[in-house]
Amino acid sequence: MQEKVKDTPSSEFQYVGHRPDRPDGVDKVTGRAKFGADFAMSGQLVGKVLRSPYAHARIRAIDTGAAERLPGVKAVITAADFKDQPSEFIPAGEMMINYRDVVRNVMAREKALYEGHPIAAVAATNAVIAKQALKLIKVDYEVLPHVIDVVEAMQPGAPILHEDMYTAGVDPAPKTPSNIAKRLEFVLGDVAAGFKLADVVVEREFTTKPVHQGYIEPHACVASVSEDGQADVWVTTQGHWIVRAHCARLLGWDVNKIRVISSEIGGGFGGKTVVYLEPLALALAKKARRPVKMVMTREEVFRASGPTSGAHVRVKIGARKDGRIVAAEAELKYQAGAFAGSPVQPGAMCAYAPYDLEHVRVVGYDVVTNRPKVAAYRAPGGPISEFAVESVIDEIADKLGIDPIEMRLRNAAKQGTKAAYGPKFGPIGMVETLEAAKAHAHWRTPLEKHQGRGVASGFWFNIGGETSVSLSLNEDGTLSLTAGTPDIGGLRASLCMMAAEELKVPLDKIRVQIGDTGQLGYNFLTGGSRATFSSGMATVQAAREVMKEACKRAAKLWELPEDAVEYKDGAVRPAGPNAGKHNPMSLKEIAGIAGKTGGPIAGYARINAAGAAPSLATHICDVEVDPDTGKVSVVRYTAIQDAGRAIHPSYVEGQYQGGVAQGIGWALNEEYIYDDDGKLQNPGFLDYRVPVASDLPMIDTVIVEVPNPRHPYGVRGVGETPIVPPMAAVANAVANATGVRFTELPMSPPKVLKALDAARAKGAAKI
Amino acid sequence: MAKHHVTATVNGDAVEFLCDTQETLLDCLRDQLGLTGTKEGCSTGDCGACSVTVNGRLVCSCLMLAVEAGGTSIGTIEGIARGNELHPLQRKFIEHAALQCGICTPGFLVAAKSLLEKEPNPSETQVRFWLAGNLCRCTGYDKIVRAVLDAAAEMRGA
Repeated sequence: MQEKVKDTPSSEFQYVGHRPDRPDGVDKVTGRAKFGADFAMSGQLVGKVLRSPYAHARIRAIDTGAAERLPGVKAVITAADFKDQPSEFIPAGEMMINYRDVVRNVMAREKALYEGHPIAAVAATNAVIAKQALKLIKVDYEVLPHVIDVVEAMQPGAPILHEDMYTAGVDPAPKTPSNIAKRLEFVLGDVAAGFKLADVVVEREFTTKPVHQGYIEPHACVASVSEDGQADVWVTTQGHWIVRAHCARLLGWDVNKIRVISSEIGGGFGGKTVVYLEPLALALAKKARRPVKMVMTREEVFRASGPTSGAHVRVKIGARKDGRIVAAEAELKYQAGAFAGSPVQPGAMCAYAPYDLEHVRVVGYDVVTNRPKVAAYRAPGGPISEFAVESVIDEIADKLGIDPIEMRLRNAAKQGTKAAYGPKFGPIGMVETLEAAKAHAHWRTPLEKHQGRGVASGFWFNIGGETSVSLSLNEDGTLSLTAGTPDIGGLRASLCMMAAEELKVPLDKIRVQIGDTGQLGYNFLTGGSRATFSSGMATVQAAREVMKEACKRAAKLWELPEDAVEYKDGAVRPAGPNAGKHNPMSLKEIAGIAGKTGGPIAGYARINAAGAAPSLATHICDVEVDPDTGKVSVVRYTAIQDAGRAIHPSYVEGQYQGGVAQGIGWALNEEYIYDDDGKLQNPGFLDYRVPVASDLPMIDTVIVEVPNPRHPYGVRGVGETPIVPPMAAVANAVANATGVRFTELPMSPPKVLKALDAARAKGAAKI
Repeated sequence: MAKHHVTATVNGDAVEFLCDTQETLLDCLRDQLGLTGTKEGCSTGDCGACSVTVNGRLVCSCLMLAVEAGGTSIGTIEGIARGNELHPLQRKFIEHAALQCGICTPGFLVAAKSLLEKEPNPSETQVRFWLAGNLCRCTGYDKIVRAVLDAAAEMRGA
């Protein structure tokens, strides 16, 4: 890892805040890096999944006999190969999981609940035979009525997915089953009293479509189980300890029997925090007594892996003439897919989190529908509720004739603000991002014909959690750093930089790897924008342990008390009154005496990283709307966000830019299209169109740094917030350009054209 | 059915392999020749992760049957660096942080190299349209486009 560019002149650090090359860069530009599907075991079989062709069907019987008899088929599994699980919700990072549902999602039991739901799986000597075998499996389905839309699923008389689902959080408890898994509510103050103080009240309803994380690498794994039950799984995942936990639970095996090795991961965005193929591959491998490799096709990724919720949101906000918001209400209906557990709770919690408000009420509903179970997607739940809130705030600012940045400044949450969802904020950067937006040249640049400008802010919590890191001093004085949070976007570079900063050793003297589940204690996954925060905190602690131990060894050699020795500028030296008594010892020299002074030197941090802090952002977006086709093009974009501290600014900027691109896709193009039978019509990148290079402009970034006092370098976590503001920023820009407000995503050309034509007929369109 | 015997040149080396009729060039590069730098993202020609050159022409290797590759000269990501020296595009991708997860990177590099061979001085718009067949979900393309423009400038000696 060579350091070349030092272009953060304000940095008080030698490494942190600079832009060195990432340690895994060469492997990734030469094709050497091994991703999920790039690994093979000798003697491996090919595993394939039979999936339900129906959106909702009872499974009367499955006959696998003919498939099992096909030469080359080595194992066939169905739900009968997995023990049923009791119903209990367990916190899993930013989402909740229920193993009763997980076991049913990886393999349908009583019913198929969405098109693409796994029914059976086979392992065969090659892909052709495996596919033939799938055709030989006979499934007796009783096709049932289905429901795709979230509002329809909530109506009385809608087809019921789970006969034992009664809405939780409602008093008195309902007596009839429903698709509404849960109702939740957050209240601060008294909204009815607040609305009485309002000079203007705006109430709007919004709909957003489910959108897929769209990682370019499909799910993939290879599993091997020995005759004595020791299993190895090579997998692309955001959290291999999570994969281990889920697989052990679903298969009823001891955790120690399963070793999970995380490959390089080709994008996740929350979508690789759950298991799909892994338990199937293990069950097949055990049954076949051969390693089994499974790789999803892109079509399977779309039909059967988690997008985020589609939703219906109602927002009502009241404000005084001076722009101060006096009451705010929201009702969120999020579809969870086939099993309970949409991100409606975080969506409700962050709906108004950027603002300092007295009277807030947010109600949320978690609703099941006949679609794939949703998975986390970058700030799960936040982009949906905040799209609605940021759109209404913009409309109110417009009505009151207040600059939209000024409107937000008058209501911005600050240190000490009590959020509607509970906590009082520490230092947060909402005001700083708004001030930076106001000062940015983008905000003042004149627009051209058919163009409009929008602004929107966004909030995300960020999390810490269980983390283990080891740092070994090697016999030549170099260091080996092992972390357990998969590196999706430059984590190894950031960890290496923090360790180098602590130890004051060159970056290329530290090699970072992501360890497997046998090499470290438990690590929660890479998600919740936690990896740089948590593994960074653990890395710093491990480095400090190494320095302390190095001092101890030198003290022993010099026959000085331990506190008479210090680690400074990359060397151990006598301190205080003893300063200068001995020549400083470099880490190389310390390594040389390690054996005779007590053995190997290493730091091992095992922490539950506390003190994660929210990251706030404000985005400015310019669009140009084609008056003849309704096509919206983003022509300029600036993302301003509080990073706390940017360890490697290039990869922080990359998070901002990537989140913006995904948000623009969500705003303008991306949606799932179902036919009347509940079958997905666009399970591929041709028709589910994510933004391509020619759709986007350069994406400007401004890194604001309001350090997080709970992290040794001030890190907040930056990965998720960037996807929160774009939908409203784009919608507000479109409103500014056209005079028409869009409350339904995506703002695709036919929808925009239709709305423009309607507005033109009433003389209400600007173009 | 009997397998097909295919001989071709990959990154300058003569290769031969046996394949089924329905196997794609991508399948054979990865599974028969062990060249896993070329990635499969969609198998429908929509994501560009499997980009290679065949007789100098940029193609999605998932859309070409392996039997069609007989007698051709194929270029993959593994052949872009010259010995220990990275191609300027490879260096610029690292320098500009033009990759995050890295799964799309081989396809982008093969496609960008192909662009610069045809057009050594592309505009930003030309770069964006030439690379519109390569999906990246991490970067928003900003740093990729900058890396390609910077590599082009360096290669022109500008």
